[in-house]
Amino acid sequence: MLGLNAKDTSLFIVVIIMVLAAPILLNPFPADSALAQFNAGYPALMQRFLIFGILVVGFNILFGLTGYLSFGHAAFLGVGSFAAVWMFKLLSFNVIPAIILSIVVAGLFSVVIGYVALRRSGIYFSILTLAFAQMMYAIAYSDLVGKFLGTIITNGETGLQVYLDDPQILAGAGDPRVPHLFGLEMNSQTVWSVGGWEFVFQNGYYLCAVFMIIAFYMSIRIFRSPFGLVLRSIKSNQQRLNYTGVSTRPYMLTAFVISGMYAGLAGGLWSAMDPLTGAERMFWTASGEIVIMAILGGVGTLIGPILGAGAIKYMENIVSKINDNILHQWFAFMPEGIENFMVAIIHPFIGKGWHLTLGVVFMAVVIYLPGGLVELGERFIGLFRRKKTDNAPTGASTKPAE
Amino acid sequence: MGILEVKGINKRFGGLQALGDVNLSVAENTVHAIIGPNGAGKSTLLNVLVGKLIPDSGSVMFDGQSVLGRQPYEINQMGISRVFQTPEIFGDLTVIENVMIPCFAKRDGAYRLHAWENTRNEKAIQEQAEAILADVSMLDKRNMHAASLSRGDKRRLEMAMCLVQEPRLLLLDEPTAGMARADTNNTIDLLKEIKEKRDITMAIIEHDMHVVFSLAERITVLAQGTPLVEETPENIKGHPKVREAYLGEAQV
Repeated sequence: MLGLNAKDTSLFIVVIIMVLAAPILLNPFPADSALAQFNAGYPALMQRFLIFGILVVGFNILFGLTGYLSFGHAAFLGVGSFAAVWMFKLLSFNVIPAIILSIVVAGLFSVVIGYVALRRSGIYFSILTLAFAQMMYAIAYSDLVGKFLGTIITNGETGLQVYLDDPQILAGAGDPRVPHLFGLEMNSQTVWSVGGWEFVFQNGYYLCAVFMIIAFYMSIRIFRSPFGLVLRSIKSNQQRLNYTGVSTRPYMLTAFVISGMYAGLAGGLWSAMDPLTGAERMFWTASGEIVIMAILGGVGTLIGPILGAGAIKYMENIVSKINDNILHQWFAFMPEGIENFMVAIIHPFIGKGWHLTLGVVFMAVVIYLPGGLVELGERFIGLFRRKKTDNAPTGASTKPAE
Repeated sequence: MGILEVKGINKRFGGLQALGDVNLSVAENTVHAIIGPNGAGKSTLLNVLVGKLIPDSGSVMFDGQSVLGRQPYEINQMGISRVFQTPEIFGDLTVIENVMIPCFAKRDGAYRLHAWENTRNEKAIQEQAEAILADVSMLDKRNMHAASLSRGDKRRLEMAMCLVQEPRLLLLDEPTAGMARADTNNTIDLLKEIKEKRDITMAIIEHDMHVVFSLAERITVLAQGTPLVEETPENIKGHPKVREAYLGEAQV
């Protein structure tokens, strides 16, 4: 189907179903049950899953295929976000021009940064991308360009947003005052109550879903193309490739720009969901988070980036919400001394300490599952069909990257 | 006039004259061996030929075009392929993918954005790759990971990757270095077979005299960065200058 082989088609269909049915699948617990806090099926979080999913899928085209670790990818996310808000300010709250400009602007920035950074490889490439990203963060945070031009570009610490006196030359009189798709408001939602469950279907989420599906499809095509094969060979042995008549730099630059444009798309979507954009989206910890998502999910695999992005955003939002009171409820069946002891032990890992949980999980994955969550899934499936897999050759596509 | 003409090459590394006024002419469709004791400048010469090093002076002409100052990939696109001392292959890819990459490079040139085609649909490329694997009798290993091949198979694969581009000149850098006798003989047979089947010029840098005398039609002896003699194998064996070069090394 659509130029994909059977295996990729089934993977693609699974992703489509997962993405479209996420508001139901991620809400397994009734709204008033004690476990409802583990539900991830609310729009603000699901949007994050998809936005970061798109971002990491694009990052994986660069890092997963070529092995070049960009440590400044959040810069393109930020650039895309600002570009989108500027379209809101100048044209209208319609998200389509905003998202298109996000992709274009992020693409232009990645051409320039990629051209310079790709003069080096390995750790030097990573450092160069990090330096560029931090420079861009510093410029955005102090709105250096804006001060120079005597106007607002990023609006510094306050963050860029749409004001009532902005031109919005294309905006009609009856248009919504929030981001919309030809009148369809992004933040409006339908709630479907079944029994004790409440499922929320939001327009904005489904806009992200459409882009996620397109982005994932393009990623499969790139992975399976001769272009993708050349990118994988860059990772494998650049020396041999040079002596095989292939000029690696234009290939690298193309991969870099493609992944930059994915980040721009993610940034544009983020602004469409939340049109107050600040420079902190470009900070280096955001870039680091992208790298961690890719590694946690499974570098160089198709589905890994989505799993990694989902896992981290889930922990960030769910683990951080657990507090001591909730722990006391969980351990209430124990004698009081042991209950307090258990709460004291788990306390550092919850709430604001969710980073600690992330750290432990990340270390466990890197040490025991170098292929990330995808490897976990494969081992799990392998338990059930040991006999089949023994004879099958291990596909290059599922081989984890170091 | 040979297909490869090297004239007056000098290369100095600090105080060391690695190559001093090297002249070399490789005739088309011959196997030309370059031998010499350690430190004679063989590898330096090879690196000049493939564009990795730029000499201080002199000229290298391949088929009437200058090679100097070009990137390795450009030189490859001109028709020069290189086999490394330790086989350089794409270890993470399968055997067939390894061979498909040079096929793409040959068809599409140094760069093409073919991000939307499916590799599986490139039937012509696949047939080409399978044919060359059959040639080096590796078709049964087509779906293996290249990294898991034996040393001898890696060498065969690397040869296949070079040959599928139909190069006019194949440069071999000590193709049997570190091999057991049986593997060495296999490699000699493979090279002989390649030579019989197609019009190809080979320049071999080699230590192993057994390999050199089994294959070479012309031999250039390099010593201390300068060619001593260029002769046929029969005339090289008892040549006084050659004996001097090797024995001189032995005395040190």
